[in-house]
Amino acid sequence: MIDGDGYVAAAYIIFLALVLIYVGIMAFRLSNLERELAELNQEAAQQDAEREAPEPAKVG
Amino acid sequence: MTLYGKGLRSLSIATAVVLTGAFLLIAFYAPEDADQGIIQKIFYIHVAMAIVALCGFTAGGVMGFMHLRTHDRRWDLRSYVAIHLSLILAVGVLLTGAVWAKGSWGSWWVWDEPMLVSFLIVFLLYATYQPLRFSIEDPERQSRYASVFAVVAGAFVPINFAAVRMADSFIHPRTLGTTTGGMPGEMMLTFLVTLVGVALLFVTLWKYEMAAKHARGQVKALRRRITGERASVVGGRSAAPQVHV
Repeated sequence: MIDGDGYVAAAYIIFLALVLIYVGIMAFRLSNLERELAELNQEAAQQDAEREAPEPAKVG
Repeated sequence: MTLYGKGLRSLSIATAVVLTGAFLLIAFYAPEDADQGIIQKIFYIHVAMAIVALCGFTAGGVMGFMHLRTHDRRWDLRSYVAIHLSLILAVGVLLTGAVWAKGSWGSWWVWDEPMLVSFLIVFLLYATYQPLRFSIEDPERQSRYASVFAVVAGAFVPINFAAVRMADSFIHPRTLGTTTGGMPGEMMLTFLVTLVGVALLFVTLWKYEMAAKHARGQVKALRRRITGERASVVGGRSAAPQVHV
């Protein structure tokens, strides 16, 4: 048999759990976004390096 | 360009402070109800979430109306996020309500109580919002139909609420009722602080979500510029509105 305190605790735990799950999902999405940004940074750096590479000198 | 992250830090701190204060008031300041005892303390979070969820649904309708009026896709995104968050709060309302009902009435759910059934109808109505969006592939049509849904459903919410309050009550108490003489001062203060806390939480999470979606849109635009991909290739099918930067 659950007493009144148990029901009150359960209700507030539900509220906190919902908020935490939501924040957790947001954090997961944020880490994905961060990874995507790192990839883009790498790609941009690669493109810059290709652009700045000296033309091969013609021999003969 | 709109920056949704602006002011987020101070808003987050205010939310944390007010919600912590509300929980302290609930635990140590608010008196126990003479009739229900300690279990009545569920009321503070349950009703605050319900009011904020219903206001969020209505705000989603107003934002949908703004989208239809201005054809600005940002209003559709704002409406989408408001409805999405309200739906999460509505889940919380149903769950905390079920816990309260079990402790108070001995049953998880009562079908002959208009307040409960009407809230369930509102919840189920809005539960169709995401599938509706996902079923429409064309982004332009998707946002237009979703806005029409948001306006109609948003208008239904206050009408439904008023109808339920006018109906004969069975066992569910009428919050802030005038016939019963209202709540004692300590209870009212605790309730108002909790309501402000939950409302601040809603606004904070709304801004977080908007900032995240905006940042994702910017990353997509950056990817298009770097890799030369077309928007349609990068976008794909989604229930969420696409952010155009």
